[in-house]
Amino acid sequence: MIDFWIILTASLVATTTAILGCFLIMRKMAMIGDAISHAVLPGIVIAYYLTNSRASFPILLGAAASGMVVTYLIQFFNQRVKLQQDASIGISYTFLFAIGIILISIFSNDVDLDQDCVLYGEIAYVPLDTLTLGGFNVGPRQVWILGTTLLIIAGSVFIGYRKLVLTTFDPAFAAAMGVSVVLWQYYLMAGVSLATVVSFESVGAVLVIAFLSGPAATAFLLTKDFKKMIYLAIGFGISASIIGYYMADWLAGSIAGAIATIIGVQFALAFIYIQFLRKSRISETLENKVLT
Amino acid sequence: MNFFTEIASFFTFSEPNVKVVFWGSLILCSISGLVGTFTLLRKRSLIGDVISHSVLPGIALAFIIGQQKNPLYLIIGATVTGWISTYLVDYITKHSKIKNDTAIALILSVFFGVGVLLLTHIQHSGNASQSGLDQFIFGRASAMNMSDVWLFIIVGSIITLLVVVFFRGLSLLSFDESYSQSIGFPNELLKLVLSITTVVTVAMGVQAVGVVLMSALLITPAACAKFWTNKIIPMAILAVVLSGVSGVLGSAISYTYNGMPTGPWIVVVISLFAFISAFIGSKHGLLKKYIQRAKNNTKILRENTIKLFFNPDTLGETTFQFEDIFEKSNMQRGTLKKGLKLLKSDDLITLDNGTYTTTEEGINEAKAIVRKHRLWELYISRFMHLQPDHVHDDAEGIEHVITPEIEKELEKELDFPTKDPHDSDIPY
Repeated sequence: MIDFWIILTASLVATTTAILGCFLIMRKMAMIGDAISHAVLPGIVIAYYLTNSRASFPILLGAAASGMVVTYLIQFFNQRVKLQQDASIGISYTFLFAIGIILISIFSNDVDLDQDCVLYGEIAYVPLDTLTLGGFNVGPRQVWILGTTLLIIAGSVFIGYRKLVLTTFDPAFAAAMGVSVVLWQYYLMAGVSLATVVSFESVGAVLVIAFLSGPAATAFLLTKDFKKMIYLAIGFGISASIIGYYMADWLAGSIAGAIATIIGVQFALAFIYIQFLRKSRISETLENKVLT
Repeated sequence: MNFFTEIASFFTFSEPNVKVVFWGSLILCSISGLVGTFTLLRKRSLIGDVISHSVLPGIALAFIIGQQKNPLYLIIGATVTGWISTYLVDYITKHSKIKNDTAIALILSVFFGVGVLLLTHIQHSGNASQSGLDQFIFGRASAMNMSDVWLFIIVGSIITLLVVVFFRGLSLLSFDESYSQSIGFPNELLKLVLSITTVVTVAMGVQAVGVVLMSALLITPAACAKFWTNKIIPMAILAVVLSGVSGVLGSAISYTYNGMPTGPWIVVVISLFAFISAFIGSKHGLLKKYIQRAKNNTKILRENTIKLFFNPDTLGETTFQFEDIFEKSNMQRGTLKKGLKLLKSDDLITLDNGTYTTTEEGINEAKAIVRKHRLWELYISRFMHLQPDHVHDDAEGIEHVITPEIEKELEKELDFPTKDPHDSDIPY
């Protein structure tokens, strides 16, 4: 049963992030996910310190607040003072992350928050923290939270799908049609922040980034159809969660680390396959030319 | 002990360990400021992020193979996987439709994941001396010892030497890659030099400041410097100095308050420098921009107000009561008053008993601005075939930015016209 809950948790995160990841990588915003997932740290620590509990709602609020701060900082450096995009991202999230670690060490006497769990999560402990509803044990709390998040994200993407796709692939045309590109960008960023924050506690910052970029990138290699790409990405995310879990079990290592490794392997295989396909296609056309 | 005695004891090296931390942070930060200047200019700042995450599996592997915490082994292991990661990012970007940022996010998270998997695998296998490997993720400058510092000095000197020797090539590569290629600079070699120096710097620094914050040391000092200068040599020097200063300040703070991590403090200090530079920096700084904007607004207000005194009939002296001129303008009452005050302080008009009168200078200014306005109207109606009733708004904006050179050019182009499209005279 523990296996099942852990794999389910990872799969829920994988599905949520795969959907968002497809939009992010098409918008060249993969690193924004990276920035947000690191930058939520100070908000989480402060919320944790103030409420002195691991209650999800205040932590969510704290994380959302620092997620907004980092988006603002990136915007500030990039647009107001004309610093290049990559440097703007780099400065902003490392600053907030540093503040977060300092806060952890300031509050270390009062707060039982492990620095390590921030980066690679505590997915193995997910099944221990269960939710009881009307006297019944209905399963791990995280599974319920992540399930709700998945519904929210999938629902909002479904509702805004046409506009999101339009602003992703042809922002100029979208603007000409009167669709606000900035508004839909924030719509997407809100989704990314929510997904990152909620997944943070269970899988850690680094696996969130792997989930956001990896399955979507692998799917992008294999198809040109955006809808197919989303389904493929979800498939890759879930299969990586399952295989990764058993690999971690076998190696007695971190589950998050193992899943990230499998995501890398999936991408490598798809990449090699594509290179191989391209080469054989080139030699085929060459042969045809020689024959004719 | 109070704050000042603590600080004093830090800077006088009263404890031997302090000396190590001081020199270690200073050298490390200075080197990363130097290398970061080039990565920033090549718009590859986030490569530092990739490398710092990707050294983790190398460190774990070096540990598995070496079975001990030998700093040299660890740096070699870190360098190898760090270099592989940058190579992979470039290879994926070049050979597939995957964009650079996606490749960066993918490689850094996967390599870090592999590192975490290996590290946890080692820990579960019960190897006792593996404790302390964890510090590579968050860094612990206080755990440095004298042999680390010597290693920093040697490696740092090699890196500095490389940068100095290849300086011309590296600068050219950073500013204009294709030009550098076309005049026969060995671009591939230069890229290799740059990527190796970056990887080695990161590999060296990770144990002091940790994985995530190492990338800040590469990015932030150079970004600070970029707010002050566009020239590469001053930029590199400034980045090195700022970075070194924050290294020392950061470790002083973490020494003063017991149990404070060093890396994060260094990053916070250098980030504060970045915020300050963004506000008051002489290039793109916010303050400078505001001053510039205020200056522009004043100039526009001044010119718009003097224009109201233009007398189309006599082209000479004009007198106005405040209410008359207010009616003629479409400004707010307060704005107009401010404008009039500006004119008066510049002696373009005089105020006598509620009557404003233009001076000689004022007449000329008014003529000049009206001339620019009408020249421009004529120019766009003639060359862009706009209707005469469509040209006013455009000229209203452009009249404030036409320089004497452009004015001369316009006059020549239009063959010294006398009438604008509305058939009014163009005053000379």
